[in-house]
Amino acid sequence: MIKTQTATPGSAKAENTDQVIEITNLRKGFGTEDVLTNVSLKLYNGENLVVLGKSGSGKSVLIKCIVRLLDPDDGTINVLGEDVCSCDHKKLSELRKKIGFLFQSGALYDSMTVRQNLEFPLRRIKKDLNKNEVDEKIKEVLEHVGLSDTLNKMPSQLSGGMRKRISLARTLVVDPLIMLYDEPTTGLDPVTSDEISALINEVKKKYKTSSIIITHDIECARTTADRIIMLLEGEVYLEGELEKFENSTDPSIKSFFK
Amino acid sequence: MEKYKHVIKIKKIAAEQSIRLVEKTISKTAEAGNFLTNIADASLFIGRVAKETFSRNFEFKEFLRQCFQIGYKTLPLISVTGIIMGLVLTIQARPALLSFGAVSLLPGMVAVSLIREMGPVITALICAGKIGSGMGAELGSMRVSEQIDAMEVSSANPMKFLVVTRVLAATLMIPILVIYADALGILGCWGGANIKGDVSFVLFFSQAFSHIGFIDFLPALIKTFFFGAVIGFVGCYKGYTAGRGTESVGIAANSAVVLSSLLVIIVDLIAVQITDML
Repeated sequence: MIKTQTATPGSAKAENTDQVIEITNLRKGFGTEDVLTNVSLKLYNGENLVVLGKSGSGKSVLIKCIVRLLDPDDGTINVLGEDVCSCDHKKLSELRKKIGFLFQSGALYDSMTVRQNLEFPLRRIKKDLNKNEVDEKIKEVLEHVGLSDTLNKMPSQLSGGMRKRISLARTLVVDPLIMLYDEPTTGLDPVTSDEISALINEVKKKYKTSSIIITHDIECARTTADRIIMLLEGEVYLEGELEKFENSTDPSIKSFFK
Repeated sequence: MEKYKHVIKIKKIAAEQSIRLVEKTISKTAEAGNFLTNIADASLFIGRVAKETFSRNFEFKEFLRQCFQIGYKTLPLISVTGIIMGLVLTIQARPALLSFGAVSLLPGMVAVSLIREMGPVITALICAGKIGSGMGAELGSMRVSEQIDAMEVSSANPMKFLVVTRVLAATLMIPILVIYADALGILGCWGGANIKGDVSFVLFFSQAFSHIGFIDFLPALIKTFFFGAVIGFVGCYKGYTAGRGTESVGIAANSAVVLSSLLVIIVDLIAVQITDML
């Protein structure tokens, strides 16, 4: 990890200035259109960083660049001291083992049961675990997300909120250091959204993860954020703590926080 | 000024035509570029699959599951098709052979045509429809619903887990399905021969197999491995590289069937030419 004294992270982890992710001048476009023009941000150890922005502002593109599901056109992305853009396949694979990615749709494997969904990454990343240890780990994460009774169910038998929880369990089963949440509350009712937001905070506490939460759900941002970044037209428009955003008189910010 | 009017008009028409020509040239060039890009993409895909096939940590369990999906679950369809193939060939050929007084050649003729050509090609075309479209749609929907991305970020190798297992299972299962369809086809032929005649089972099969040589069976069997590989590659390629919208799932499934059927026929043509040279 890179030690820095230059930036001040959110209040929750103000004492801890270890950077786990550093993005500098990131640019990414599709065809002739630039989605991200010049994005720079830092994620500090143990903090929840919420990235806000309108639909199409490039929030999801940003975190997909971090795990290199998309290749950036320009700029650097440093994750846990490794330059993601110049990583070879083997290094990238090792780095991805330390990152959990919660997809907007959940992305559970349709043809597998909940148990097989959880086993899939576990058996490939933690190859030294025996059957009992695998079973224990699966039981532990399912208990954590409150869905112990779904072990043998298929994803099609689960509700939207349950799928999100199982998807979260699948990422947690391999003990990631960094969590990337892509719109975790989208498409859920307010009660389930609150539950997911609370779960994100529990994950941070229990698994000591550092997280980037992509959302346009203000309630989710209020519950989970240590620090917020707002993206507008492919650039970081405002960065700071929740109060700074809520007290802002800028119309672009106010329209979000009204 | 009046006398130059027609010159101006001709110049205007010529300018419009040259603009149209330039536009057409640009669009055709773009089409040709896309075509070449697709070929390059497909070649890279085949190269990656070949590389992953021989790398460590083969997904054997998934391979067996795919063999079951491709082989066992296609059996009912292949059974019906095989029997009907034999029946139809017999019903069509019998009157013609009867007019030459050569009905005794019927078992041999049907067996040779089934084993050499009809069995492999028809079975492969049916598999292209069932298996190719299934692979295209399944992988396409996995791409759309970000399941392939989820595998990638969890450090699993989707190419190895999804593609290599399917291509190998198709390559191995289609020859087995073809042999099974051939056997049922000859059985159907015996049934057809007994509709208007009375041939014993033993006599029919001894006559049928007396006409089949090594040269009939082996090249036909070898080409079925290529049919399987083509169906597997095309189905997986179309699904794996599907676009992001739900519409792309349909496009992937459809184009997998069309392209793999076409390639089966082309591979058959090449195989027939090579066999003919032997």
